[in-house]
Amino acid sequence: MQSIAENDLGTPECKSDLQVTLLIDGCEISVPAGTSVMRAAALADLKIPKLCATDQLEAFGSCRLCLVQIEGVKGFPASCTTPVAQGMKVTTQNGELAKIRRGVMELYISDHPLDCLTCPANGHCELQDMAGAVGLREVRYGYAGANHLDAPKDESNPYFTFDASKCIVCSRCVRACDEQQGTLALTIAGRGFDSVVAASQGESFMDSECVSCGACVQACPTATLSEKSLIEQGQAEHSVVTTCAYCGVGCSFRAEMRGEEVVRMVPNKDGHANHGHSCVKGRFAIGYATHPDRITKPMIRATISEPWREVSWEEAIAHAASEMRRIQAKYGRDSIGGITSSRCTNEETFLVQKLVRAAFGNNNVDTCARVCHSPTGYGLKTTLGESAGTQTFDSVMDSDVIMVIGANPTDAHPVFASQMKRRLRQGAQLIVADPRQIDLVRTPHIEAAQHLALRPGTNVALINSLAHVVVSEGLVKEEFVRERCEVDSFEKWRRFVGDERNSPEAMEAVTGVPAARVRAAARLYATARNGAIYYGLGVTEHSQGSTMVMGIANLAMATGNVGRSGVGVNPLRGQNNVQGSCDMGSFPHEFPGYRHVSEDATRNLFERKWQVNLLAEPGLRIPNMFEAALDGEFKGLYIQGEDIAQSDPNTQHVTAALSAMECIIVQDLFLNESAKFAHVFLPGSSFLEKDGTFTNAERRISPVRKVMRSKSGYADWEITQLLANALGLPMNYSHPREIMDEIAALTPTFSGVSFAKLDELGSIQWPCNEQHPEGTPFMHVGSFVRGKGKFMVTEYVATTEKVNSRFPLILTTGRILSQYNVGAQTRRTQNVAWHDEDRLEIHPHDADERGVKEGDWVGVQSRAGETVLRAQVTTRVQPGVVYTTFHFPESGANVITTENSDWATNCPEYKVTAVQVTRVTQPSAWQRRYQEFDQRQRKLAGQPLAAEPDGAPAR
Amino acid sequence: MSARRPVTIPVRVEPGSDLPPTERSAVLESVNDNRSLQGALLPVLHGIQDRLGWVPPRAVPLVAFELNLSRAEVHGVLSFYHYFRQSQPGKQVIYLCRAEACQAVGAAELEAHAKQKLGVDFHGTSADGRFTLEPVYCLGNCACGPSLMVDKELHARVTPAQFDALVAK
Repeated sequence: MQSIAENDLGTPECKSDLQVTLLIDGCEISVPAGTSVMRAAALADLKIPKLCATDQLEAFGSCRLCLVQIEGVKGFPASCTTPVAQGMKVTTQNGELAKIRRGVMELYISDHPLDCLTCPANGHCELQDMAGAVGLREVRYGYAGANHLDAPKDESNPYFTFDASKCIVCSRCVRACDEQQGTLALTIAGRGFDSVVAASQGESFMDSECVSCGACVQACPTATLSEKSLIEQGQAEHSVVTTCAYCGVGCSFRAEMRGEEVVRMVPNKDGHANHGHSCVKGRFAIGYATHPDRITKPMIRATISEPWREVSWEEAIAHAASEMRRIQAKYGRDSIGGITSSRCTNEETFLVQKLVRAAFGNNNVDTCARVCHSPTGYGLKTTLGESAGTQTFDSVMDSDVIMVIGANPTDAHPVFASQMKRRLRQGAQLIVADPRQIDLVRTPHIEAAQHLALRPGTNVALINSLAHVVVSEGLVKEEFVRERCEVDSFEKWRRFVGDERNSPEAMEAVTGVPAARVRAAARLYATARNGAIYYGLGVTEHSQGSTMVMGIANLAMATGNVGRSGVGVNPLRGQNNVQGSCDMGSFPHEFPGYRHVSEDATRNLFERKWQVNLLAEPGLRIPNMFEAALDGEFKGLYIQGEDIAQSDPNTQHVTAALSAMECIIVQDLFLNESAKFAHVFLPGSSFLEKDGTFTNAERRISPVRKVMRSKSGYADWEITQLLANALGLPMNYSHPREIMDEIAALTPTFSGVSFAKLDELGSIQWPCNEQHPEGTPFMHVGSFVRGKGKFMVTEYVATTEKVNSRFPLILTTGRILSQYNVGAQTRRTQNVAWHDEDRLEIHPHDADERGVKEGDWVGVQSRAGETVLRAQVTTRVQPGVVYTTFHFPESGANVITTENSDWATNCPEYKVTAVQVTRVTQPSAWQRRYQEFDQRQRKLAGQPLAAEPDGAPAR
Repeated sequence: MSARRPVTIPVRVEPGSDLPPTERSAVLESVNDNRSLQGALLPVLHGIQDRLGWVPPRAVPLVAFELNLSRAEVHGVLSFYHYFRQSQPGKQVIYLCRAEACQAVGAAELEAHAKQKLGVDFHGTSADGRFTLEPVYCLGNCACGPSLMVDKELHARVTPAQFDALVAK
């Protein structure tokens, strides 16, 4: 069922410079050439009946309801498949058409259960609407003939049902799966009267390749495919546009509501990042927001071995403030700090860094971007001049060659992956550089021209050898480089990468990628009309993460692939607001807008606005905080919405550091792993409970809107404000819009942003200022933000994390579609039906050598620690490499990862850990300790002893 | 490992690895014969049926994998055309024409006789496993009905006696 708030124009928008004017029912209308008659009529508010048409899908012409008459044209053409023509005269309603349409409806209705009053789609059913629209009064065929009324229901999917008895076989679900999602899991099986919608080979939806993105459910014109929440709760009565709080795609949704209850989340067709598409997380996995595990009362305790005590907000805030001041008095000003959250809004993040800088009086503020995209910020700022991706998502539709490096979009950025796959099905070429055979390498209708299956940790060697081919085979876009880049730095770089030691042949021994393949890939990318690079954490989470980001920027500049649609350097950001949290000054060395704390002019600006003195020296990064804690110098930490005890590398090191602190304030929805080490717990709010903005991977600022009251009484920005006031820093914002006004006043790239403008435009890509009042889809057009593009020499330096006879395998980590990050949200939803345990992928060769079979428990030992997982034997990984996800705390994936990190930004080297794998029968010692600690902490908080997924998607 | 939830891990199967060798090679031969064609799926399915007499549904994943299609796409095409069999037929398939021209010259009588003789209805296989009876709508031999086809061999002006002779061979 489509959104209750949206109007459907029948066929997709057609872009053309040529306008065509025609007459429809006597109304003159001008539309772009190529537009369908149906859409032209809809734009003139003339409704032509339709069932198989929707503006989300290409016209299909099967339902025969949209027939019209066109002067001079024989018969009754379908308006959905007939394009407009200059001077065309169309009649959409007359007696003859009405008769035909009624006849068609009679056939549909003769085989449809007439249970409208008890049907979940009642009131929003397109079949019902069409029966009304065509004036159906009788069904001459009766209802006794052969029919499908006893067709079975498929309720296998936890979130939606497929009730075949209500199906009119319009193919909208099949086409949505093909065109929109690109999984092609559905088909029409059989023919004629026997035609039925089938998942894969006629199995249940759960057993098929269906990824539960919800596109089919949204496309269904009847109640055949319906959300279980809609069936249980009934139709929504209002809807609110907001932004998804999962990944960095930042999909716009309409939260369909009954009072304060969410009935369902429907992707917004007007959403600029997602255009009406969604994935299983954003669409369905919101049950965590109302999960019984939510803690809604503030709690405090003196030590972590004591039970938590529920207290009033006043007491909790006063206690937290006095503890922080006590620690500062005893251990010094720099002994406390804060961590901002990439899950929270821009406004909330801004307030936390303001609190640290202005109330704590130091710059000890950092964010989870430290452990994901900090090298992106550093690398792109150095080379191009701005710490962000260069494009819009839509830019991919103009790409001819797409290079995906160290990213797995179909799992981690599924909605953008669907768009990319659409472009690939149109014929764009694909290069994948990844140690694993990710889905994109080969998936129905898509096959990578080159899969560069490099050894983990050799990214820089690979990018240098790609660049070597560009330089040595004369593929440099000399004119672009001459005009747009620093010539000296380019010449230096050209000599460097041109050196024989960087040739694909010389680097083959390092990367493991055949030189011929590297050469072919380099030629393909460099000679493309538009070549685009998309990358993820497989680039940044390395000891040379920043080097690799600069290597990518070098390659893009040398081939002229920056500054227009279809090209660019595109970091795929992991979390909903990781771009925003970086923009908002979450790093210890930067104010909002990436301005160094040592810049006097900037600092003075903030000092004047905030009426405090600010430090000119950078503060501590997260790993430095841990070190300082272990040295006894860092004792207090305010953590907003981040779970460092699960997400940061070398868990045992992290927990030792947390244990050494005297006051840890955790502000979160759940008693997460870090909260088990905390002394103050401040219950936070979900994205449904507050106003604000998120900024996605394409720099798009999108509104987050409150649809229900906060379960704890305060939105996260209000909690920070209470704490600031208790610490003596006055904050008196009455709404996040006032915080955004302050951000805009202090940050040149945000100077034109306001909530009013967001309401008007829907979303805005920064920079938004006087020169770009409506935002900036493409960066570096004409010239780079830093003036001239700067080439950086990127010498490959092997990681110190090396395999040897004790640790002969390389472990690399990643994500899976149904789960999100540390899983705090998705583990508390029915998404566990797809993935309820992290597993270790191991190549059959390595498994055989160790006597390991599918499903066996295996111990994974590294220099840092040991954990136990179940093995999944698969050729997706190459021999010598093992792989796991980190969504479940008991898996202890980060018990094994080490403290090695990027040389420039300290981003952890999650992607390379030397390990040994052995068959075992026992959990690891860490897991046994973890289990015991987990149980004890749950008891101390009065929580159930095991986390269970929520029973319903929304309550 | 009692504290962890019991989980059944589905064993990952490479497409086609669970097929009997004859089916596997029939699929691969047919795919290799037709791979370069645009829209190779129909010729591939024909090639499989020509080799095996049917298209085993368990072969669909391998066909899909080889042609880089989804299983659903292959299933949709396979189930659309009645000519493609998804169950194993008798040794020979008799296609009996039921189109208008043949009906006008006694196809209905021939049909009744054939069903009685083989002891089956349409789509059925005789008890001895020798014959499967299928209806077909026009063999393009309208001037010489009633027509039938045994495997790929066409027979015209078939009388019940001739039918008996055909199945007695």
